[in-house]
Amino acid sequence: MTTPVLDLQSVAFAYPDGHQALFGVDLHVHRGERVAVLGPNGAGKTTLVLHLNGILLPGRGTVSVSGLPVVKENLAEIRRRVGIVFQDPDDQLFMGSVREDVAFGPRNLGIRGAELDRRVMSALDMVGMADFADRPPHHLSFGQRRRVAVATVLVMEPEIIVLDEPSSNLDPASRRELADVLTALDVTLMMVTHDLPYALQLCPRAVVLSDGIVAAQGRTLDILTDDALMKSHRLELPYGFDPHTC
Amino acid sequence: MGAPHGHRLHFQGHSPVHQAPAHLKIAFLVSFMLVVVATPVPWLAAFAAYAAVLAVLVALSGVPALYLARRLVIETPVLAFAVLLPFIATGPTVDLLGLSLSRPGLVAGGGLVVKATLGVLASLLLAATTEPRDLLAGLERLRVPSQLVQIMGFMVRYLDVVSDELRRMKTARESRGFTARDPRHWPVIGRSAGALFIRSFERGERVHLAMISRGYDGTVRR
Repeated sequence: MTTPVLDLQSVAFAYPDGHQALFGVDLHVHRGERVAVLGPNGAGKTTLVLHLNGILLPGRGTVSVSGLPVVKENLAEIRRRVGIVFQDPDDQLFMGSVREDVAFGPRNLGIRGAELDRRVMSALDMVGMADFADRPPHHLSFGQRRRVAVATVLVMEPEIIVLDEPSSNLDPASRRELADVLTALDVTLMMVTHDLPYALQLCPRAVVLSDGIVAAQGRTLDILTDDALMKSHRLELPYGFDPHTC
Repeated sequence: MGAPHGHRLHFQGHSPVHQAPAHLKIAFLVSFMLVVVATPVPWLAAFAAYAAVLAVLVALSGVPALYLARRLVIETPVLAFAVLLPFIATGPTVDLLGLSLSRPGLVAGGGLVVKATLGVLASLLLAATTEPRDLLAGLERLRVPSQLVQIMGFMVRYLDVVSDELRRMKTARESRGFTARDPRHWPVIGRSAGALFIRSFERGERVHLAMISRGYDGTVRR
């Protein structure tokens, strides 16, 4: 098999206050895959995300991205390869205009001039926000801001995009628009979510993170229809939702 | 959804004052203020000239005088202090409406009011005719240290986010029957301010994480 884009081997992590969040996570994501990471609150999902680009470094175990280990010396390249879209777009968009914000990452990679403009506009085009390039981020709707946040990561041409709760706080139309954008992208994708129908819609494969370990993984449909598994990890489908009929 | 457009101090327009380069406006404002502050109080003609210059600029800019006058309220604390001066200063006194007032206090208070009003008015005019973004670019062109300009940029970006948060906290307090009427309610306001500080601090940390996730290493590159 080829080198996985994301390769986590028995990753364990405890916060400085002694709270242990991860107890040995093994996870592989291959090129072109779309994986949902499911789990109850406090399962360690966000801690896991922060390991993928070296914001947190594992206490034990290893993380590598396309064969490159996540260690201090490689962080610049790792952060180009792994694009994280955080939950609150107001945290992600901090520059004065959409264009400057999307250009922030590639500028840090040393890209300038016409090439920079081309990449910024092509990323904004992919999320349908090209017409808003010169608007300040705080003048956009929440759904638009989240799509711009996706563009700020796309513009880095990453090998994998990681989304933390992509559908949170979105109204149904914005949620669907984001799904359209994500479906159209030709990238490896990992999303951490509580929105199980969204996971089923966008990700053929799912991983259940519970109490700091990978408790189960497989086809998203199989996981969502395994009642015993779902119940034991505090996962619940929304009322009236039947995965079989989707 | 979405915040109001433009900045609360900004008055949309296309006058020559609006279109003048931001760095020139900033340089003019700073020199104007220095000159005003350095002028001795008894030189009344000079102050009249400064006021005339400002009046011409305001007229040129097309910003309504009432618009600026209402925002002059920010000056109130200075005015309060100026009113106190004749009562607390020492030296020869004059009798006015039966009150015995200090003559140097009156002069200093009057000077303070005139200088503060001229300075605040000039600043308001700059704010009314310059977009925050242009203001930052102007500061950068004037070689203000980039770290300072960055901090101001974040302030502009997050002002609305934080004031929204403040408004939501106020709504939540009032929804539970709280209105600040007398000083006994101040501790609640204080705790809200504390909570807002913690929230903003945590947001700062999250923004920093998002920045380093996109390759930030301490310098914003242009």
